[in-house]
Amino acid sequence: METGSPDDTGTAGTPNAADPARNERSRTEPPHGKPARDEPTPGEPAPGEPKQTEPVAQTEPAENEWARNERARNEPVWTGLPPGLLHMRRLLLVVWLGLLTVAAGLLPGLFLGAPWAALALPPLALLVWGWVMLERNWRSWRYTERADDLLISRGVLWREETVVPYGRMQLVEVTSGPVERHFGLASVQLHTAAAATDATIPGLDPAEAERLRDRLTELGEARSAGL
Amino acid sequence: MTTPGPEDGTARTDTGAPPTHTGPPHEVVERRLHPVTPLRRAWAPVAVLVGWAVHDPDQAQRQLTRLTTTHLLIGLAVLIPAAALYGFLTWWFTHYAVTGTELRIRTGLLFRRTAHIRLERIQAIDVTQPLLARVVGVAKLKLDVIGTGKKDELAFLDADGARALRAELLARAAGFAPETAHEVGEAPARQLLRVPPRVLAVSLLLTGATWGTLLAALVVPTLLWLATHNLWTVLATALPLLGAAGANSAGRFVGEYDWTVAESPDGLRLDHGLLDRAHETVPPGRVQTVRIVEPLLWRRRRWVRVELDVAGSSNSVLLPVAPREVAESVVARVLPGVSVPAGPALSRPPRRAGRCRPLWWRGYGLAVTDTVFAARWGLLRRRLALVPHAKVQSVRLAQGPWQRALRLADVHVDTGANKSVTARLRDAGEAASLLRAQAERSRTGRRDAPPDRWMA
Repeated sequence: METGSPDDTGTAGTPNAADPARNERSRTEPPHGKPARDEPTPGEPAPGEPKQTEPVAQTEPAENEWARNERARNEPVWTGLPPGLLHMRRLLLVVWLGLLTVAAGLLPGLFLGAPWAALALPPLALLVWGWVMLERNWRSWRYTERADDLLISRGVLWREETVVPYGRMQLVEVTSGPVERHFGLASVQLHTAAAATDATIPGLDPAEAERLRDRLTELGEARSAGL
Repeated sequence: MTTPGPEDGTARTDTGAPPTHTGPPHEVVERRLHPVTPLRRAWAPVAVLVGWAVHDPDQAQRQLTRLTTTHLLIGLAVLIPAAALYGFLTWWFTHYAVTGTELRIRTGLLFRRTAHIRLERIQAIDVTQPLLARVVGVAKLKLDVIGTGKKDELAFLDADGARALRAELLARAAGFAPETAHEVGEAPARQLLRVPPRVLAVSLLLTGATWGTLLAALVVPTLLWLATHNLWTVLATALPLLGAAGANSAGRFVGEYDWTVAESPDGLRLDHGLLDRAHETVPPGRVQTVRIVEPLLWRRRRWVRVELDVAGSSNSVLLPVAPREVAESVVARVLPGVSVPAGPALSRPPRRAGRCRPLWWRGYGLAVTDTVFAARWGLLRRRLALVPHAKVQSVRLAQGPWQRALRLADVHVDTGANKSVTARLRDAGEAASLLRAQAERSRTGRRDAPPDRWMA
């Protein structure tokens, strides 16, 4: 099985042992400062954002379609999320819990006496714990476009893996709230006829989100199959 | 009169597909509902008055004693024409038309509303006749399409007209040529099963819920009376409880009386009801999930209840009660090529699942055949849900921390009727391969599914 513990396989930097050459070409830039193996694409949105390379289909036109499909079906190439989402969530965490820590430390400390300033410790501990947990959660998010379906895997303690065949997609939605927009992020949400289908990929680079939307829509049309 | 097209409505509902494709350019005949329709809302002012009287009984009594005959007459003279005018206008401004591909409903006095319902997306058609409508000889026609609301029903049509319209809609949905669609007529039906009233009554007596609500309706008010000696408190609790008990036993008996299942080229026909008659038609290939429910007390008689899920439909009963073998043969008709996996064919979760959910884990079971994904759950009230592979919209694997420690995982299968079927507490490795295999099966399962237009 290609799904191991989500702690160690979560990011984009996971090497795929079976086919390193293809792996290198179709993988996003590793988030932790390793040098990029791809030439930067001309329309790159913002410095510091990882760029998503074109899918294999466009970089290797010579490859036999059947072989590519077979390979895509057998060995999913996981893509992690760009670090923007982690930065955003951590910033929000620090802002809110930092304010809470200061408030919980200062107010009782001033009005009730110095020992009461220890009340600042629980929010501080929460902040540190949240800092670590956010990274683990961010690492656990990953998705892969296989030949016939999209796979999304997420969660550390409560793990969930969703498979949506392209033919069942009714609607692909790209959303971006004000905070997300400020950080240059967008979410892709897939809707099928079943409301229980919970297939959302948060925190994508807008260009990648749009590419994914267009690609999924195209694949969905080609394989469309009603209810 | 011709329809000016979708742009005449200020609002409209989309029904699954974008309604870009309008019907062929030939003349579309708009029709009105049955003239008895305005009377349908005649009871509304009465209901308002009754509601006010119940809400504030003292005030109502005082007002009632002050009321003179003149006041009453003036009130009636204003109220009745106003209600009649409202009813008449709503009736006058409601039109419907059948085009080659759509049923169009245009309604609304101030806020115009046009609904275009795509016929090939029809999931079910119901013709219902409430008791009063039966007396007058009219019927309500309701189309189940994903995303349509209650407003998109045609109430009322005359009974024969409703039946003819249903036949026409089904013929068009089935893919008959538009010129011949209204001459095709009702498809011949072959009766599969009729539930005898005695069996239905016995089955309801053997249902725990019937006795449970009845017991609650007797015990709770008695205890309250002993505790408070306040008549109003007792009445306020006793009446809803008695209502629930009645709905659970007598209500179900009346609703499921004379349950008939018939098969026709247009799909399954379900006719039932003692006072309110309902005639439902589920075209082929519309059933998303079938559940076989086996309450504890029915097990000795080998009776089961069969429920089904159709996208956008409210009805969920296929058979209120039937012997297991008969029910399985009906299920085989509903889902062609499907055989219900027998008890021993279902694999149980591994033994360590008992540490995750003691006792209940014994009720869980899973079987995957060429055509269906079948999951069983429930200890006393056993339920077996069948999902044809072609109806699976997405597959999910979920694993909590405790399940991970025990190397277990749940596999959820989502269907278009907004119901998920779950295979619980499977071995983690098995669940992961099940996830992949099920996605593959649901993708390929669609290939040999019947087309949306089943006669085309």
